[in-house]
Amino acid sequence: MNAIGRHRGLARIWAGEPGLRGVFSAVSHTDIGKRFIIASAIFFAIAGVLAMLIRAQLATSHSAFVGPEAYAQIFTMHGSIMMFLFAIPMLEGVAIYLLPKLLGSRDLAFPRLTALGWWCYLFGGSIMVGSLLVGLAPNAGWFLYPPLSGPEYTPGVNSDVWLLGVTFVEISAMCAAIEIVVTILKFRAKGMRLDRMPIYAWYILATAGMMIFGFPPLILGSILLEIERAFGWPFFDPELGGSPLLWQHLFWLFGHPEVYIIFLPAAGAISTIIPVMARTKLIGYGAIVASVMALAFLSFGLWVHHMFTTGIPHMALGFFSAASVLVAIPTSIQIFAWLGTLWAGRPKLELPMLYLLGFFFVFILGGLTGVMLAIVPFNQQAHDTAFVTAHLHYVLAGGFVFPMLAAAYYWMPHVTGRLRVMRIGEAAFWLIFIGFNITFFGMHLTGLLGMPRRVYTYPAEAGWDWLNLVSSIGGFLQAFGFALFALDIALQAWLGRPARRNPWGAGTLEWTMMTPPPAYNFASLPEVECREPLGARGTLAADLARGEGLLAAPRNGWRETLAVDIASGKPDHVAILPGPSLLPVAAAASFGGFFAMMLLSLYWIAPLFLVAVTVVIWLWASTNGSREPVGPLEIGDGTTVPSHYEAQGTVGYWGSVFALCASGTLFGSLIFGFAYLWTVAPHWPPQTGLDAPLFETGLIVAGALAAAIFVRLALPRTGNGEGRLYLAIAGMGLTLLVLASLPVLRLPAPTDHAFGAVSTTLVAYGLFHAMVATLILAFMMVRKRQGFVAHGRPQEMRVATLWVDYAAGTAIVVALVLVLAAWGV
Amino acid sequence: MDPAGPSAAAIADLWWWMLAGSVLLSGLVFVILFLAFRRAGRAERSDAPSEKLWLGWLGLAMPVVVLLALLTYALHLGGRILPGPDAPDLTVEVTAYNWGWSFRYPDGRVSERVLHIPADAKIDLVISATDVIHSFWVPRLAGKMDAIPGHVNELRIEADRPGTFAGVCAEYCGIGHVDHDFQVIAHDGESWQDFLENRE
Repeated sequence: MNAIGRHRGLARIWAGEPGLRGVFSAVSHTDIGKRFIIASAIFFAIAGVLAMLIRAQLATSHSAFVGPEAYAQIFTMHGSIMMFLFAIPMLEGVAIYLLPKLLGSRDLAFPRLTALGWWCYLFGGSIMVGSLLVGLAPNAGWFLYPPLSGPEYTPGVNSDVWLLGVTFVEISAMCAAIEIVVTILKFRAKGMRLDRMPIYAWYILATAGMMIFGFPPLILGSILLEIERAFGWPFFDPELGGSPLLWQHLFWLFGHPEVYIIFLPAAGAISTIIPVMARTKLIGYGAIVASVMALAFLSFGLWVHHMFTTGIPHMALGFFSAASVLVAIPTSIQIFAWLGTLWAGRPKLELPMLYLLGFFFVFILGGLTGVMLAIVPFNQQAHDTAFVTAHLHYVLAGGFVFPMLAAAYYWMPHVTGRLRVMRIGEAAFWLIFIGFNITFFGMHLTGLLGMPRRVYTYPAEAGWDWLNLVSSIGGFLQAFGFALFALDIALQAWLGRPARRNPWGAGTLEWTMMTPPPAYNFASLPEVECREPLGARGTLAADLARGEGLLAAPRNGWRETLAVDIASGKPDHVAILPGPSLLPVAAAASFGGFFAMMLLSLYWIAPLFLVAVTVVIWLWASTNGSREPVGPLEIGDGTTVPSHYEAQGTVGYWGSVFALCASGTLFGSLIFGFAYLWTVAPHWPPQTGLDAPLFETGLIVAGALAAAIFVRLALPRTGNGEGRLYLAIAGMGLTLLVLASLPVLRLPAPTDHAFGAVSTTLVAYGLFHAMVATLILAFMMVRKRQGFVAHGRPQEMRVATLWVDYAAGTAIVVALVLVLAAWGV
Repeated sequence: MDPAGPSAAAIADLWWWMLAGSVLLSGLVFVILFLAFRRAGRAERSDAPSEKLWLGWLGLAMPVVVLLALLTYALHLGGRILPGPDAPDLTVEVTAYNWGWSFRYPDGRVSERVLHIPADAKIDLVISATDVIHSFWVPRLAGKMDAIPGHVNELRIEADRPGTFAGVCAEYCGIGHVDHDFQVIAHDGESWQDFLENRE
């Protein structure tokens, strides 16, 4: 087969569907990645317009441009959109687009999950922005502190929009995070050991891992606050044993890692682009990987530095202050690795490099003010002033926006296959750079002079007029800069001259394919012996196109890509990926129905949409698997490996592992909340106690253990094990029923005191997982009968075992926590 | 940046030190960047980059030293400006609400939106709120402290001269947030006696 024939064969297999149906059924990571990037850029523009409104309002004292209510919605939505609808989706979009291409894979691990994430993001983001149009947008600040955001002080729908919209978008973030981790671990080129991965993959691995553990506290907080608003369960109400500070802990447990979740992918792009611009290799690969991992861990230990003024004891503040200062060290290692790389090489001032110089300038200043704010006494003075506003814009624009602009110029020739038209990019840079510094540099001073955040006006006597006017002028300069950038990108996409392949002379795999990239990425999959395979072998692109790599021959119309052993990168199995599907958009629409009904307070209709979600997921899972043995497959290097139907440790298994890690984090946060309220909140212990549910606990433990044991015995070996599967279902069913009985028969009412509210929520969590596990076991029964689960194809049963084990474990923990709590009160 | 109390003055000192350090460090980075680009134009060089110099000394050792010094200084300072074991000269209960501030003195008197204190005395404030979260802040006297419903926080302030100081709510508390301000009047000995005797 020649290169043209191979191209035609693969293109036919990997093509999306035509027309409108294709818009909804697309699963290709290249398409979905571009959609994420474009949509998040549009949200950036919307939030940017809001920022311009803020600057117009603050340009003079006693401005009558907008009133306090509109202003509250504007600043809340500016922050919320920038964080949740721009920064996170943008980094996801870039990673979704780039990762398989950098790793030498043909797609991500779960193409339909990519699409589900996209639709959840689009629908959730649209709900939030739509609320702005009708004047019902969230208005309690982007971190939505209760009681202000609670049912009493925000009776309208405003906070619900935030809680439901952001949670909807977080579903998308969790999908992306799980998918990214599994892809990096399993879908790499043959021979790409972990220490040969492109540095960007390390950064994204750390980021996605942080998302898996960082987002669940926020999701939990949002669920609790929404329940408090909808049903009056007093998690955050100090009159009834709740505490507003619990929200702050849950929010910043997410919110601080979030800053690094945003920064690390940008730093990954910097570490990728700088060596190419300097025409050398990155120095200190190992030290950088170590410092990225250190940042990922440390960032979970310093959320309290957002709460230095909430009256936390001095020694605890000292600890968190030291931890906050400590994160400067891994950051500094990276910065000096980049400087050393530039020093060692022969840097050329290409356009991406110009934006990176902007990054260095802005981010260094933001980092230094960050160290200042980590110091408790200074923080207590500068907290909640314009100084903090200035600091966070220096960090986030410096640490994310400038690197992303550099990345846009660096990878645009890859996305479009074209070169840029005129030197508009330089003009845009200077407008953005100068405008940014004019806007925010002065705000440090405004803040030190005592101007708080979030004021819609200020007295003329304060003497802040000229500083604010200068900031506003800078803001509008920046806006022109971003408009010019958008124009430049559009011109490049439509009018640019075709670029030759690999215009920057980079060494990574994404430049070995045609540009714009074909749907299948690589005509044949590369084998890798170093970190820069293209740099080591200049003919790699042509060799792969000729089919000298792996999986070169289209087979059975399958979308094949290679899965490797996690550490060594040895071929492990061939993954056969699903094609276009309407299931993701159907699932997202069902979720959307649920969130819309919650928003409209139609609480009795909302669960119907969750049933719809379940049905869609059932159908989705039904499309996987194979009824027939497939047998070993040739991969093109003279060896054979099994297909994923007959392999162990498939992406499905790992995806479940990480999904359960996320759920476990949510569960852990809930137990933390329980302990926190118990020890810190006023009005504890509650008036109404709880008799220890010892009998129920016995039944729950028995049922859970039975389920966990019999699901193992039902793993297909020789017999078909249907009877054992029935016993497993019976055990899980018993656990489920007993859990369901607890709120009815035992627990105090959830509306009277936070004790009842939290313990009922704990039971509800256990119940949810017991239901999932029961459904999965029922599904396994069907799959066994249909022949998808059989000797040699036990993969689905292994995944089911994970979910059953987890449900059994949580049910037991829930029961034990209740017993302990009962003894405690 | 015109401190009028020991706490605010100490924080101002801290700020000038940190500013000086920041100027030096950012200057170092910008000079390295500039030189790296200037060097690039010169002839081919074969010297391999020294990871020990760039990562070990500049990346690791330098920030460790600088940050340790800063932390020690700050922890010491933070301990000094807390309500210490030495008894305060006066304790006032502060209650924030939408949208006002009430100050209750030991003799049971309450003043609205104006906190009267003697100058040159250590005042402990016991701060809470009745509805949403607010934050007590008098920029020229001390750092801020949140007023949280259901929780009680303490803050020590001291004005080293008589005068009137503006205070604001620093945590967004709803549409009245902008005007949620108050005043602190620090009296000299004589007028403090007048305040104490003048029962309202």
